Amino acid sequence: MSQTIPQQPNEYNMKVVRQFTVMTIIWGIVGMALGVLIAAQLVWPELNFNTPWLTYSRLRPLHTNAVIFAFGTSALFATSYYVVQKTCKVSLFSDKLAAFTFWGWQAVIVAAVITLPLGLTSTKEYAELEWPIDILIAIVWIAYLIVFFGTLAIRKTSHIYVANWFYGGFIVVIAMLHIVNSLAVPVDFTKSYSMYSGAVDAMVQWWYGHNAVGFLLTAGFLGMMYYFVPKQAERPVYSYRLSVVHFWALISLYIWAGPHHLHYTALPDWTQSVGMVMSVILFVPSWGGMINGIMTLSGAWHKLRTDPILRFLIVSLSFYGMSTFEGPMMAIKSVNALSHYTDWTVGHVHSGALGWVAMITIGSMYYLVPRLFNQKEIHSIKLVNVHFWLHTIGVVFYIVSMWISGVMQGLMWRATNSDGTLTYSFVESVQASYPFWTGRFIGGVFIVVGMLLMAYNCYKTIRAGRRETAAGNVVQTA
Amino acid sequence: MSSFWSAWIIVLTLGLLFVLVWLLRWNMKNYTHIEEGQEMDHEFDGIVEMNNPLPKWWTYLFWACFAWGFIYLALYPGLGNFQGLLGWKSSNQDIQSLEESRQAMQASQDNGMIVEYDRAVRDAEEKYGPIFEAYAQQPIEELAHNEDALDVGQRLFLQNCAQCHGSNAMGGQGFPNLTDNDWLYGGEPHNIKTSILDGRQGNMAAFGEQFSDQQITELANYVASLSGRDRDPDLVEAGKANFAVCSACHGADGTGNQQLGAPNLTDNVWLYGGSINKIEETIKYGRNGVMPAWKDILGEDKIHVISAYVYSLSDDE
Repeated sequence: MSQTIPQQPNEYNMKVVRQFTVMTIIWGIVGMALGVLIAAQLVWPELNFNTPWLTYSRLRPLHTNAVIFAFGTSALFATSYYVVQKTCKVSLFSDKLAAFTFWGWQAVIVAAVITLPLGLTSTKEYAELEWPIDILIAIVWIAYLIVFFGTLAIRKTSHIYVANWFYGGFIVVIAMLHIVNSLAVPVDFTKSYSMYSGAVDAMVQWWYGHNAVGFLLTAGFLGMMYYFVPKQAERPVYSYRLSVVHFWALISLYIWAGPHHLHYTALPDWTQSVGMVMSVILFVPSWGGMINGIMTLSGAWHKLRTDPILRFLIVSLSFYGMSTFEGPMMAIKSVNALSHYTDWTVGHVHSGALGWVAMITIGSMYYLVPRLFNQKEIHSIKLVNVHFWLHTIGVVFYIVSMWISGVMQGLMWRATNSDGTLTYSFVESVQASYPFWTGRFIGGVFIVVGMLLMAYNCYKTIRAGRRETAAGNVVQTA
Repeated sequence: MSSFWSAWIIVLTLGLLFVLVWLLRWNMKNYTHIEEGQEMDHEFDGIVEMNNPLPKWWTYLFWACFAWGFIYLALYPGLGNFQGLLGWKSSNQDIQSLEESRQAMQASQDNGMIVEYDRAVRDAEEKYGPIFEAYAQQPIEELAHNEDALDVGQRLFLQNCAQCHGSNAMGGQGFPNLTDNDWLYGGEPHNIKTSILDGRQGNMAAFGEQFSDQQITELANYVASLSGRDRDPDLVEAGKANFAVCSACHGADGTGNQQLGAPNLTDNVWLYGGSINKIEETIKYGRNGVMPAWKDILGEDKIHVISAYVYSLSDDE
């Protein structure tokens, strides 16, 4: 595989990109390893060692925060800073603010690593961090917004590339969601209560919760896709007009989809219906992104045979297509009546998180690391290939286990006898789930082993780059 | 909701859908100055974009989803205060009491609304009601030997009672064991049924104000000794002196009182734990046990069957 050496002008700020890139890999390993630990705890509960801060209840929010906000968001910081500079032909708007976003964001993550195991939580899913950390997040995020849009404003190109539409949309909406959902009344430094109550609180929470998925984990990573897929495939993007329709339709529909998390609850019927209708229509623009990514490969399909990095990128789009078909289907009330509260939801989330988000990130990181550290290519392309298969097998193991256990749980919970009584008690459905929880654990182990290989591969690449720089063999200044 | 907010929702919902319809139509035409299938006239870091048309099948899918969305919003509640042409709702809303619930159920039946929850409840009552009516005709003692009835009773128990009393009905701290033939409120069939129908409130007063910690330790030792446990005779003797206060409910000999639900203290069965620590805690802070009333939740016929199941658990014959 040959890759041309990119010509990076001296003035690009690649330092902050390098920092976020390295932390993406480190936090990825931490977050996914935590996931494997709590998956193991569901099968072998004694693995909490009777220690409060090692219990499932405290580590589960740490796992979700680590993978979404430490791994995923670091990847978005790294790639958005890289892409916005390269596609606007200009350095970042402010190097100081960019450095602040790096250190500020790492401080947020470290605060999460300390407070969540201590049991300090606002109890809102994916927004568990307490109010002082929430304020820090808001400040860092606004700094990010200024750096990103400032860079767009001083760009030296006539148009704004589609990847930046998605990055920009994600940054603006996450600021809005985070600030509105985190409004709370503090009791003391470590405890606060939500501003909202009852069904309104639930609605605001899932307006936030689903759009954390929609904007951070979808729109942001579509931005990543729009740069790294055409770059790695060395092909033009399939359709400009398709990107126009699917961008505007995606961002305007996603914001309505939250109520599908609250079907058949105290939420008024009209809210549930509107949320469901918008969620189902959302299926079409979601697939628009997948089509545009996969069709970009037309005329270059043979590259998949030899290039495992491209394989990561394209398989991530297949998982994206699969979970964005599954999601709208699960948002339909009668399907939701079966799937809600079961492992099916967990499987759906992970086909998005491990299949789409992690794979597009891993592919992009393999593209970025050699370019950021003065190397022509990654240390070992063979190891990338091994990583690809470990990850793919792991994800399939995970999702299939959760599909089976989820549908089984849903069917067991609703099964009735001829006298109208429920056929199974809850504990029987727990017992029946054990084999599938073991399957999920095994899938998770595959994925973490793959991530460790990636860390080794990237470490070797970075070290080789450093050594060459020290010896004076500077290929280019980055 | 007020008509302002209703209009707000309708305008935003339909407005968005119409804008998206326009967006799709607009992009189906080639409004760029580039021929279809050619590259656009901008390039970013080496990336160019083609001006390919939208895939046909994808636009059909979009139209189909729009059409379905409009039809759904016409049939079901969604557009503000508009109830939908089907007259469907998931349940009666803003209900504050059982009485209001019954009235709402009747009202929606009278004006032809489809209330999904009410309909499910009615269907279940029609279908399964007769089974339980038949069981309710038989005395509990008899039902306790009817294998089919016990299976039904066990399933109801697992879904409604096991949360506190455990899947094996052996209870836990604060939740009575139902298998040991030791009864707080009596173990005759009618006692059991009354406990389930109307619930129970088991209050033990707190004596932390009245007695010093030393006196409470003495009392705890005396209470433990009542079950024949070997305790320090000095403490037991000292505790006995203050037991008069306890005897008001638990009786002079400590054998309890089923009228009050006051536990028998002489049988070494402990609702809140039998260690000296736990007994001290009970005396000092009191206890407050609640068994909810199930009459309005399950109805008398089902409770009759559950009573038979519970009765059978400690029935030795």
